[in-house]
Amino acid sequence: MMLLAISLSFVIGKVILIAVILGGSLGIAMYSTWAERKVAAIMQDRTGPNRAGPFGLFQPLADGLKLFMKEEIIPVLSSKFLFILGPSLAMLVSCMTSAVIPWGPDLQFADGSIFSLQVADVNIGILFIFGAVSLGVYGIMLGAWASNNKYSLMSSIRAASQAISYELALGISMIALVMMSGSLSMREIVEQQHGFWKDGYFTWYVFKQPFVFLVFLVCSFAELNRAPFDMAECESELVGGYHTEYSSMKLGFYLFSEYINMFITSVILSTLFFGGYNYPGMDWVAAHVPPMIYSFIGVAVLLGKAVGFILFFMFIRWTIPRFRYDQLMNLGWKSLIPFALINMLITGAVILFFNK
Amino acid sequence: MGIHQIVFWLLSIMTLVFAIGVIMSRNPISSVLFLILTFFTISGHYVMLNAQFLAIVNIIVYAGAIMVLFLFVIMLMNLNSDTEPQKNVLVQFAAVISGGALLLVLIAAVKKTFTGLEGKEIDLVNATDIGLIKNLGKVLFTDFVFPFEIASVLFLSAMVGAVILGKKDKEIIRSVEV
Amino acid sequence: MNYNNISNRAKPVDRHPMTFMEKIYLPAIAKGLSITLGHMFHKKATINYPEQTRPFSENFRGLHILNRDEEGRERCTACGLCALSCPAEAITMESAERKKGEEHLYKEEKYAAQYEINMLRCIFCGLCEEACPKDAIYLTQTFAPSNYKREGFIYKKEDLLIPNPKQITTNN
Repeated sequence: MMLLAISLSFVIGKVILIAVILGGSLGIAMYSTWAERKVAAIMQDRTGPNRAGPFGLFQPLADGLKLFMKEEIIPVLSSKFLFILGPSLAMLVSCMTSAVIPWGPDLQFADGSIFSLQVADVNIGILFIFGAVSLGVYGIMLGAWASNNKYSLMSSIRAASQAISYELALGISMIALVMMSGSLSMREIVEQQHGFWKDGYFTWYVFKQPFVFLVFLVCSFAELNRAPFDMAECESELVGGYHTEYSSMKLGFYLFSEYINMFITSVILSTLFFGGYNYPGMDWVAAHVPPMIYSFIGVAVLLGKAVGFILFFMFIRWTIPRFRYDQLMNLGWKSLIPFALINMLITGAVILFFNK
Repeated sequence: MGIHQIVFWLLSIMTLVFAIGVIMSRNPISSVLFLILTFFTISGHYVMLNAQFLAIVNIIVYAGAIMVLFLFVIMLMNLNSDTEPQKNVLVQFAAVISGGALLLVLIAAVKKTFTGLEGKEIDLVNATDIGLIKNLGKVLFTDFVFPFEIASVLFLSAMVGAVILGKKDKEIIRSVEV
Repeated sequence: MNYNNISNRAKPVDRHPMTFMEKIYLPAIAKGLSITLGHMFHKKATINYPEQTRPFSENFRGLHILNRDEEGRERCTACGLCALSCPAEAITMESAERKKGEEHLYKEEKYAAQYEINMLRCIFCGLCEEACPKDAIYLTQTFAPSNYKREGFIYKKEDLLIPNPKQITTNN
């Protein structure tokens, strides 16, 4: 059990790291709501929020305050414990995923000690993410069932079956990538994408496995319950989907956890496919700047890529109309899963051929 | 008592409490939730045994997929403690006997296992790495490849059966409509 | 005559089965993205209201005022022609006789003791302005601000009268 033999400084360092990651992802999720409205406005020839502070930058704070001040309503015939458990679970699960993401190159202190910018380098990092994603359904289902409203329940069933369907395609598409990397550890996958160009080809997995990236991207849209797959909410047509009965900050938790999920998913996409904290010319940078600065440049690069993905998610949301439910199921089961399977087979054959 | 012994006892107690909760709670939904918690604590045991792959697969497959379907069915059937059918005394008696017999078999099996290992020194600190994904894959595809394939055929047949059950028989529908 | 196609512009719905290129959705998505991308660089249609206002046309008819003459006396003589001409019946008034010593307040011998316009009824047609023989009522280029109560939209004489030019000069 080497796992449990740990020193105090290590624990303190990890606690600080976890606090920073959670605080950072909450902050980014907060400003995602602002960015979402700004992006929507820009695409629709409007200006968006601009009243609260410069460029409306205090808008998320105002929204949060508003949600806190709202009356908290718990339906009489609901089961109260589960009603509160639902949004808490949604929030918990979305915060949990960040544990296995390598946020940057190891920090090297002046006394030579090394601190890893990853909460836990488990050798099954990708599977951990799948586990957390598959648990995300419970927040929706429990909350909807507990609100004792048949429309919430129906919506939650729609959301859950969507999530389960697309988890399959997500998992199968990832197998091809895992076969190439030969490891499930996030840290190792990132290390394999070191730099940008090596041995006459790109190191980033998006260039090695573009179809996996495509399937993964589509599935993550579905997993995030975001447009064009936001069947769970349909906020423009229906009352609100699974969180119809929710008010105040419990509703805020649901909405907020979606934005955290979006941030984490963007980080995962950039980690798995766009080299994580790697960037072209990083060896030159490593040779010319102090190691501390080098680490922080890596973190900044990763966050930059993630922000790019967040903007892409918003870009798609304000462009593409929603899929119909049968189209969604057809796309998931009849297109993406066979496509991912064929891609997996071809990848396996190619690897077998070259590693003979 | 080392730290991992403490964790072991804590996890075991939690597992047992949650498992008893599954059969004791009258609301089917809370039963399912207890079952999910039981899976989590069992995954904790897997992690203690250095089988992280098994732990996470246990969570993905059982807690993440199968129990969601259980929840689906229970929520749609709208079961609650009022609709629980009254059980016959005879049935209860039979259940006690069969349950007791199962318990006896399990205890006998566990007892036998312990006697088989008593003489050996088990290295708990450096537990085997059989649970790690690489070793597990090798074992599955060499020593246990036949049972593994049999299991996959079993799953395939279950899937085919589900599809056949789910397919509407046009003849029957027509006769119902007439 | 084909009543389904009165405007001669109706197009039949295209229901052909999707081709492969349409089925993979990606070209259509790329097209949509290029359209929204183009809109990023369009001119914004928003007018930031309190700071910027939309320009009114020259003959815009807005909130009423009651005019004074150059000596600061009320011009209105409560003849009732505006109320008579008002198609929405938004104007009511009560007349009174000018007393001794009030010559500096009212221009004519009869004046409006009360004068109310209900801005919720008013349709801002400007007929009162046309009807007034004394040039007492005018429509300005502003509109009634919002209010929490209906009573707030009934404008009294004090709300309608323009400030006395004499008082302003003395005050300054």
